[in-house]
Amino acid sequence: MIAVNLHIRGGRLIDPANGIDAHLDLYLKHGRVFAVGEKPDGFRIDKTISARGKIVCPGLIDLGVHLREPGEEHKGTICSEAEAAARGGITTLICMPNTDPVIDTPAVWELIRRRAKACGNARVLAIGALTKDLTGKQLAEMGALKQAGCVAVSNARKRMANTLVTRHALEYARTFDLPVILCSEDPHLKDDGCVHEGSIATRLGLPGIPSAAETVAVARDLALTEHTDSRSHFHTLSTGRAIEMIRQARRGGARLSADVAIHQLFLLDTDVDGFNADCHVDPPFRTQTDRDILRQAVADGDIEVICSDHQPHEEDAKTAPFPLTAPGISGLETLLPLCLKLVEDGILDLPTAIARLTHGPAQALGLPLGRLDAGHSADICIFDPDHIWTLHPAELHSSGKNTPFCNWEFRGKVTHTLFEGRITWNSES
Amino acid sequence: MSYEQLQTDEQGRLRHFLSIEGFRREQLLQILDTAESFAMLPGRQVKKVPLLRGKIITNLFFENSTRTRTTFELAAKLLSADVINFNMDVSATSKGETLLDTLRNIEAMHSDMFVVRHSASGAAHFIARHAAPGVSIINAGDGCHAHPTQAMLDMFTIRRHKGDFTPLRIAIVGDVQHSRVARSQIMALNILGVSEVRVIAPRTLLPADVRTLGVHVFHDLEQGLKDVDVVIMLRLQHERMDNALLPSAHEYFQLYGLTAERLEYAKPDAIVMHPGPINRGVEITSEVADGPQSVILQQVSYGIAIRMAVMSMALGNSSGEQGS
Repeated sequence: MIAVNLHIRGGRLIDPANGIDAHLDLYLKHGRVFAVGEKPDGFRIDKTISARGKIVCPGLIDLGVHLREPGEEHKGTICSEAEAAARGGITTLICMPNTDPVIDTPAVWELIRRRAKACGNARVLAIGALTKDLTGKQLAEMGALKQAGCVAVSNARKRMANTLVTRHALEYARTFDLPVILCSEDPHLKDDGCVHEGSIATRLGLPGIPSAAETVAVARDLALTEHTDSRSHFHTLSTGRAIEMIRQARRGGARLSADVAIHQLFLLDTDVDGFNADCHVDPPFRTQTDRDILRQAVADGDIEVICSDHQPHEEDAKTAPFPLTAPGISGLETLLPLCLKLVEDGILDLPTAIARLTHGPAQALGLPLGRLDAGHSADICIFDPDHIWTLHPAELHSSGKNTPFCNWEFRGKVTHTLFEGRITWNSES
Repeated sequence: MSYEQLQTDEQGRLRHFLSIEGFRREQLLQILDTAESFAMLPGRQVKKVPLLRGKIITNLFFENSTRTRTTFELAAKLLSADVINFNMDVSATSKGETLLDTLRNIEAMHSDMFVVRHSASGAAHFIARHAAPGVSIINAGDGCHAHPTQAMLDMFTIRRHKGDFTPLRIAIVGDVQHSRVARSQIMALNILGVSEVRVIAPRTLLPADVRTLGVHVFHDLEQGLKDVDVVIMLRLQHERMDNALLPSAHEYFQLYGLTAERLEYAKPDAIVMHPGPINRGVEITSEVADGPQSVILQQVSYGIAIRMAVMSMALGNSSGEQGS
């Protein structure tokens, strides 16, 4: 499919990176933004998309998705998840290295890159492994991974052998100026926990994960970040206390960023009651106090990224007694709708919500994406902010139907997604 | 679906018995009253009754247990049901068959009731949600979550000895953190309206926010036992020492072992209970376990009556209705 000259007409353009929130048209050419506002002289329009009454914004960037391919194709494939992403207005998927085999060599990344290119529904970028096979013992070949195009490195939620290895890994990554995605969690304090340690865990007799499992590790990783001058990004934080530590470190001048999974801004440990396996997530849903601090941090900008922490699962993975189910939520298609709910609830204004999904992640990883000034890739999301709909898991396009938001009513639905100037989703066709 | 909706039908009759949570006082008392009708009269063997003739009850035990399984089996046989025992050790399920597959297989053999024990909290709920309609599930212990028939036989024992629940002070001593029995006991005691439930243990053996279960917390055994009517001792697993939860069995006994001297802090007519199996010299001395205040062996025999009551009620044939 060859990208045609497109005119997106009559929409409310929100481009937080450029401070734009106005009714402006977009002109796209050769897969890039050609002009914003007035039609340039001599611009030949092949096709016009009417965005009247709709919001036009940069395509969303989802930091830290689990694409499952290679290795766990029964949970999802690059193609199935990229298609789901397009329906969710997401144009860039930044995938975690915990595939099988893990992304610790350029060859694995090359396989994913080719597969993604063949599917063509979204840009797939990779987070390479921080250590070989993610075992936390030997450093991965980060130099080669960087050369091959990995945009960051991470050990996902796999434990590091010890603090010295973590230190060296951060230092080595810094050599190449690679951002490190940290899923800070103390594996010993977590132990076999599967829910937030508190009154619900106590009542249900489920092994708990104390808040300290996160705060102990965040404190350690902040100290190491300072020591190594690492470009650290704290991924999927869940506790209010960790947010306060991050905030304090930034005031002290530390160069770091942080994200939260969108579901952490809605659900609580109490939602697990009745052994609801769809609410089995890692890190676990915490208390209302934690959730309120997370919401405030997203509004204030102490957290500049909201991600889906997309983890598709087959039905069997969630069909077992609670502690034996796999943690995670299939989140691509609820990322924007839930963010719009934050706007509806008055937690965020719309431009801020969009910034957390576009400019925020681009800045955190230093990517030239998530903005719509001339010359940038025409990755665009257009949504109808007034469309009211109800989520039925069976209708999710992701291979993973595992969502705790079954039967939730949402306001706002993606009508068009453009990736590099090509329409990858059109709800009206 | 709330516990109550899952465990009872529209008329409030027992369908599954998964957890004490969600039941009302009258419902628990009804179980106790039904058990009374089955309980052994002094010096007399309980009579076999034909209430569940033609019913098939399957014991589905994913965790080793001889005692509990045997009392369920005996209870079922005294109700004239046919009993099938499935002991699924860990190796059987690790062969790849999911719990749901196992369930479907055994369902194909047309059981009316599953008695389930499993090491994962929530396993009985899971099975109840997925079992065919009309099949009753009795939880015989799931992880650290619940063991409701054990709790009810303890309530039965307490009522036999103390009558009214409301004025009672009860102390539960030991590893509450890892005890499904303690959780179910605490819920039952609070629903039945006792005056006070105490837990006595070092902090490492108490779950987070344990007060939210409705208990008063003591770390000193003698203080905690003061003026209580019932002392419930919990079993201490040896692995607690390996997990750095306790320094030694010796220190545990020194601080939390129930001796005759310490029992004197409780009311003179206090009874001593233990869900078994007991560790003599670790949580309790032989002098107390075999002493006049101990009702440990009675608990075991009442266990049969309680299980008969729950099974017959869940299968819609309590003795009261049939008048046999």
